[in-house]
Order: sequence, then C-alpha cells, then structure tokens
Amino acid sequence: MKILVCITNVPDTTSKIEFIEGNTKLNTASIQFITGPYDDYAVSRAIELKEQTGGTLTVLNVGTAETEPTMRKALALGADDAIRINAEPTDAYFVAQQIAHIAKQNNYDLILMGRESIDFNGGQVHGMVGQMLNIPSLSPVMKLDLEGNTAKMLREIEGGKEYLEAQLPLVLGCQEPIAEWKIPNMRGIMSARSKPLLVVEPASPEMLTAVSVFSLPPAKTGVKMIAAEDAASLIALLQNEAKVL
Amino acid sequence: MEAIQNKELIKGGEFLIKEIEANEIFIQEDFSEEQLMMAQSCKDFIAKEITPRLNEIDSQKDGKLMGELMTKVGQLGLLSVGVPEEFEGLGMNFNSSMLVAEALGGAHSFAVAFSAHTGIGTLPIQYYGTQEQKAKYLPKLGSGEWKACYCLTEPDSGSDANSAKSKAVLTEDGKHYIINGQKMWITNGGFADVFIVFAKIGDDKNLTAFIIDKEMGGITMNEPEHKMGIKGSDTRQVFFNDCKVPVENMLSERGNGFKIAVNILNIGRIKLSASVSGGSKTALNHAVNYAKERKQFNVSINTFGAIRHKIAQSAIRIFATDSANYRCGQNIDDAFEAFQAAGMDVAQAKLKGFEQFAIECALMKVHGSETLDFVTDEAVQIYGGMGFSADAPVDRCYRDSRINRIFEGTNEINRMLAVGTIIKRAMKGELDIMASALAVGKEILSVPSFENDFSTDLFAAEKKVIKNLKKTILMVAGAAVQKFTTKISEEQEIMMNLADMIIEVYVAESTLLRVEKLIGIKGELAYSVQKDIALVYLQEAVTNIENAGKDAITSFATGDELNGMLMGLKRFTKIAPFNKKDARERIAAAVIEKNEYCF
Ligand SMILES: Cc1cc2nc3c(=O)[nH]c(=O)nc-3n(C[C@H](O)[C@H](O)[C@H](O)COP(=O)(O)OP(=O)(O)OC[C@H]3O[C@@H](n4cnc5c(N)ncnc54)[C@H](O)[C@@H]3O)c2cc1C
Repeated sequence: MKILVCITNVPDTTSKIEFIEGNTKLNTASIQFITGPYDDYAVSRAIELKEQTGGTLTVLNVGTAETEPTMRKALALGADDAIRINAEPTDAYFVAQQIAHIAKQNNYDLILMGRESIDFNGGQVHGMVGQMLNIPSLSPVMKLDLEGNTAKMLREIEGGKEYLEAQLPLVLGCQEPIAEWKIPNMRGIMSARSKPLLVVEPASPEMLTAVSVFSLPPAKTGVKMIAAEDAASLIALLQNEAKVL
Repeated sequence: MEAIQNKELIKGGEFLIKEIEANEIFIQEDFSEEQLMMAQSCKDFIAKEITPRLNEIDSQKDGKLMGELMTKVGQLGLLSVGVPEEFEGLGMNFNSSMLVAEALGGAHSFAVAFSAHTGIGTLPIQYYGTQEQKAKYLPKLGSGEWKACYCLTEPDSGSDANSAKSKAVLTEDGKHYIINGQKMWITNGGFADVFIVFAKIGDDKNLTAFIIDKEMGGITMNEPEHKMGIKGSDTRQVFFNDCKVPVENMLSERGNGFKIAVNILNIGRIKLSASVSGGSKTALNHAVNYAKERKQFNVSINTFGAIRHKIAQSAIRIFATDSANYRCGQNIDDAFEAFQAAGMDVAQAKLKGFEQFAIECALMKVHGSETLDFVTDEAVQIYGGMGFSADAPVDRCYRDSRINRIFEGTNEINRMLAVGTIIKRAMKGELDIMASALAVGKEILSVPSFENDFSTDLFAAEKKVIKNLKKTILMVAGAAVQKFTTKISEEQEIMMNLADMIIEVYVAESTLLRVEKLIGIKGELAYSVQKDIALVYLQEAVTNIENAGKDAITSFATGDELNGMLMGLKRFTKIAPFNKKDARERIAAAVIEKNEYCF
C-alpha cells in the first residue's frame, strides 16, 4: 500500500491578515503558519492505514522552503518521506498539475488531502488530480476503511450521509472525524530530520488564474441593543440603517 | 541549538561581580525547530486532553483521570525528555526540559502532577541511583508505565525538612529496612507506583532516602486533601506501616538523604519558574481576550489606560522571567559539560551543575512564582466582577497560582537560601565578592567618575546602571556582613531585602542582555517593543533596589556611616528619566493586537 498525502501550509486562523504590494499579496511577515486542519486529519488517517497495512506514506507539499517545518511535522507524526515541489502554490490548477505529475511516476494506491485548504478554501484540487490521473475522486470523506483493494467510505451530502465503496486507486478529500488528530511524539520529532525530504522543481508551470486584488471583509460593527418594548426603534433601524426591511 | 562557544565558564552567583556579554547568554529565540516542535506538542496536548476536561480533572471524581493523563503524556515521550538515552529516555539537555515545563505550565493541576513525577519523583533515581536502580526504574518512569511521588514533608516537618521523624530499622537478617512514619502533602500519592521516601535510621542526624514500590506493601493513605487550588492534583497523607524495603532500595548512602532532598529541590525550583511562566501566559491571554470582548462606556475595556497598564506590566514581568530562566538553564547545561569534560560521571556532573547554580535557581523560583501571582491577580481584576465568578477561567488561574510560593521551599526559605549561599561562598573564597565589596567601599569615598558616559553603544548607559546596581548590592551586603558577621542569617528582614535586590538585578540584566542579543540578530526596528520591555523593567528594578537597600541600611547603620551609604545608594541608583507610560502603551498595544502574549 503506497499512500500519498498532500498537505497545505496555511496561516493560523488567529493570524491577522494584511495585504501588501497593492493588495495583491499576503503579508506573511507576522503570520504563524500551520498544516491545514483538514490535511491534518488526512495525515492522521493515513498514518493509521499505513500501520494497519504495513505500507508507506509520503507527504507532498507545493510550496517554498518556508513550508519545510510543516512537512517535518508530518514526518514527525509518522510519514516515511516527503516531497516538496519548490513553487508558490498559486492556484488550484497549478497545484493539481504538480501533484499529478509526481503521482504518475509513483503509482500511489491512495492519495489523500484535506477537503479544502483554509486559506483560499477552493476545494478543487482533489477533483482535478482525479481527472488528471483518470481515477475517481471523492470529497468530503469522513470515514475511510480499507478491505483489500476496496475503500469503504462515509461522505456528507446535502441533508444526509452517503456510504460508498470504490476500488483503489483513489483521490480523497478528507474531513473530520475521519481520524482523531494526532500530536507528534518526541521520538518522532527527533527522527524527522533524518527522514528524506526531497525537493523537486515544478513541472509544466501553467497557471490559469492570477490575483488582481484582495480585499478584507468590512470590519464588524457593534451590536445595538434595543429594549424589548421599543419595537418602533428596531423597525426604524432595520429600515434605515441595515436596509433589510 | 546554537552552541555558545569559547566563553569563559561562569560560576553560580558570579553575575553579581561580573559583566556578561549578550552573546554569552542563551535566549529562548535560540531554540531549534525540533525543540519548538516539542513545545508545540505540549500545547497541542493541553488543547486536546486538558482544557476540555479542566472541571473533570479538578473534581477528582473517579480518582483515575490524572493517572490516565500521565500515561498519555508518557506515550508522547514527554516524561523522558531528560532521562538518559541509556535508560530509554531522550537524553536532551536541561534547557529542553525547561522549555517543556514552560509549554505544559498552562495545564493547571496536570502541570503539577507532571512536574512532581518528572522532577522530584524521577530525578533522585536518575542522579543518585545505582546502575541497577536506574535500569529498573528509569525506563518505566520515562514511559509513564510507572508514576512517582516524593515523600519528604511530615506533619511536624515542613521547611525544617531534616527534622522528619519517619524511621527505618534494619531487620535482623540485614536484608530489609522496616519503614514507619507519616508523610503529608504528597503530590501524586494516590496513583503513584514508586515512592521516594526520606526516613531516619537509628539516631542519625541526617535523613536517608529509599525507593519504595507500592507493591512492597505497608502503604496506606488518606483521601485527597481539599485544597484552595490545583484541586485536580492528587495530594495525600501517606502512611508507612512496617513497610518492608529491600536494602538494595536504599538510595545513595545512609545519611545522604537530606543532601539528596536539597539538591533535587534545587532543580525543581528553576523548573517551577519555567512552569509558572507558562501559567502566567495562559492567565494573561485570558485577560487580554476578555478585555477585547468586554465593553463599558461603549468601548472595549482594552482601550482604557488603566487596563492597558495591567496588560503591559504582566507582559513585562513574564518576558523578564523567561529571559533569566533560559539564561540560567544554559549556564547549568554548560556547567554539566565542563564537569563531565573534567572527568566526572554524568550524574555527578549534572548534580554539580545544579549545585553550582543553586543561587539562581532559588532566585528564579521566587521571581517566577511572584510573577504568576501578580499576573493572575491582575487577570482577575481585568475580568471585574466576572473574575470573581467561579465559572471564569481566571478563577482557576488565581487559585492554582498560590501554591507556587509555598512548595519547593517557601519563598522565604528560598530568599534566605540564595543570600545565605552567596555569603557562604564569599566567605569560603569561592566567590570573589569580598574584593569587589571593598572596592565599592572605596569608591563611595571617592569623587564620581564620568568615564563611559558618552558611549553610543546600544544599552551602554543601561549597562552602567546594572553595574552600579550590583555595586549597591555589594555595598549593602558588605556592610551588613561586617556588622553581623556570621549572625547575618539571623537578620531575616535584611536577608529578604538583599534577596529582593539580587533578584531584581539578575532579572533586569538578563532581560537587557536578551534584548541586546535579539537586536544584534535582526535590528532595533524588529525588536522595539522588546526594547521597551527591558527599559521599563530596568527602571522599576532601580526603584525596587533603592527601596530595599534603604530599608536594609537604615536598619543597622547610623550617623556618618549611614549618611555615607545613603549617598552611595543615591549615586549607584541614578538612572536617566524614561517615559514608562508611553513604553507600556506600546507594549500593551502589541499584546492587544495579537490578542495574546507574543514575545
Ligand atoms: C499542594 C501541596 C503539595 C505538596 N507536595 C509535596 C510533595 O509532593 N512532597 C513533599 O515532600 N512535600 C510536598 N508539599 C509540602 C511543601 O513542600 C511544604 O508545605 C513546604 O515546604 C512548607 O512547609 P510547611 O507547610 O510545613 O510550612 P512551615 O515550614 O510550617 O512554614 C510556615 C511559614 O513559616 C515560614 N518559615 C518556616 N521556617 C522559616 C524560617 N526558618 N525562617 C523564616 N520563615 C520560616 C515559611 O516560609 C512559611 O511562611 C506540598 C505542599 C502542598 C501544599
């Protein structure tokens, strides 16, 4: 069993977001980066499956050298090796191409990733990779078990749940509670540096999109409290200020 | 981690008479990616396992949860950070275990259980055990399969630990000791498998230490104590009734127990300071968060100067504690290495290292625990009425804080220990304080010199202030020792004054050096707020040292002698005026913007 998990390196949700260069770039100076939370779940489940099946686990990230601590965290958790494709993850199509390029050379049985990254929340990469490799892709997968070559999955769908079975190889976008998130243990952390972290240059650097401008959502305004008996003021505010009536 | 090379090895207490360069000290910003990842694992552990269960932990409902959490933290390897590799531990340096202690410091009662197990529970065996004892106990204590506790205190023997009454009697066949006695306030007692027990053999003057397995029998205990805070920490009275211990379970030699107790507590002290720094950060973060959400007079209360002042003062003290903690941690690590290089075996070298820095360890125990009390008190104040609610998180912070000034040696005992050790070393000639004190005495009588006053080097003026503060201490301590000679230790109020002065200079200097080192790496712009912190701390240190110094000298000097010293005090505590209010404002703004302690 060869498993690939693709992880993103994203700003911690408590980070203050600022843009620079005419609002076309994120100011990364004061941001703490973390592994995408959905990717964390994918890594956690992949480690369990690797242990069950005695397989191998590779983590992959499309990113610049700053993302290596995030990759070493995955190695500390139990991945066997890591591949970093040395490029800014500019858009979903670009990232998917890079993943597919690596995957074609390695014949993974299972390619897992988060259902979406929490920076752009595109949720498109798994679908594109599936298409490029010509294998099925499914998301968001909340439960995943393997029986031989068959994956049994639970997926959330509009208003309910769906139980699915499919043959490997597969590309899956993962979401909790697919596994309990794991904490790297001390031995794992100490061995992470001695595990291979391969850096490769990007293939076919084709991009379909470019950012013209970012803008922040308007700051939240204060809440106005209106006494329960004063419905008239409330209606006035809803009509004149909020303009929703 | 950055190696700090080619420097002269500093001795414990020597900071009082030596000028130290910024690049000689270790700062937490020097920690490696691995070490930071370890700290992150600790924080993740708190988020996942501790925070959601704080009430359950404090209720001690089924009596099992704390033991289970200890097993879990053991599975992560966190109980074996300092255990030698030879005994299946990670064998990391001391400053790494300081970092882990700090990262778990916000875990309330769990942090206490963790510290007791890894510190006073495990270290006596690690440092004093025979090869067989280490091989039997350390792997299982490091993995968390066995949990440990430390039984020193008795109902009639607390600060005066060597007066313990528990007895150990050798059996006729010479194969066992029979232990009888009552121990009190034993952390982790309820779930411990291994007990480090101190008892007296015959009419010995000093205690002897034993390693006792629960399964040896003869151990009973009361229900957990009802406590003001750290309610989830399992604290018991433990009774030993004809507990039969094989002679090979004696730790070190007969009569060596008191020394073991003292040396192990030394180590625990500086780690306690690291741990409470983690607790302080947790409390401050709650307060900063609340101050942002809470609105009065139509604005967030974090816009009020009075509140911002509290936030800044808390951050300043936390930063200062960390600066001195990790500096001292590295000094200890360096001393280990030097002693080992000189041919000592590992355990002995480590002990020597700790003994060497016993002064700094005691000082930091006091400073760290009093910082935590300050920060939690201000956190409650920032919460207002809500802070007095048992449902607010700062309620637990406040209650859990208080014990830290009491255990691991009360802060009074630690203050006296630090000053007493300095004086003892000075008298033995191990610390060359006498000569420096004499020089200061002469300087007071001379015309003030103005050399160096025009240097534009970073912190040149501040370093001169530090140098002068050290002179203040030498002046006051020198005069007091001259007056009271060996009876100085009975003058407790003066010992307390001296301790306060010494703490302030050690911490202020550490803070300044840390910021100087940071600025050296990335420039002043990147660390302007840290610079504010160092400068405010120094200003306050000057005031505190001046006050404590005046307190001391007016108590024992009169006439010309008093006047001379008061003039010396004035000269040595001179510092250029500095706008602390604006600096605090910048510090508070940085913390508020990040919504957490961020240095
Ligand atoms: C929650 C908790 C957990 C603990 N865990 C452990 C444990 O795991 N193992 C263990 O062995 N012990 C433990 N202890 C005991 C702890 O170390 C002692 O309580 C502490 O050393 C103080 O001793 P005491 O309580 O007898 O106070 P006392 O010694 O009676 O002190 C009372 C007051 O007198 C002051 N005082 C005492 N002597 C002097 C002096 N010579 N000069 C000036 N002032 C003095 C003290 O500073 C203090 O203010 C724990 C205590 C608590 C409360």
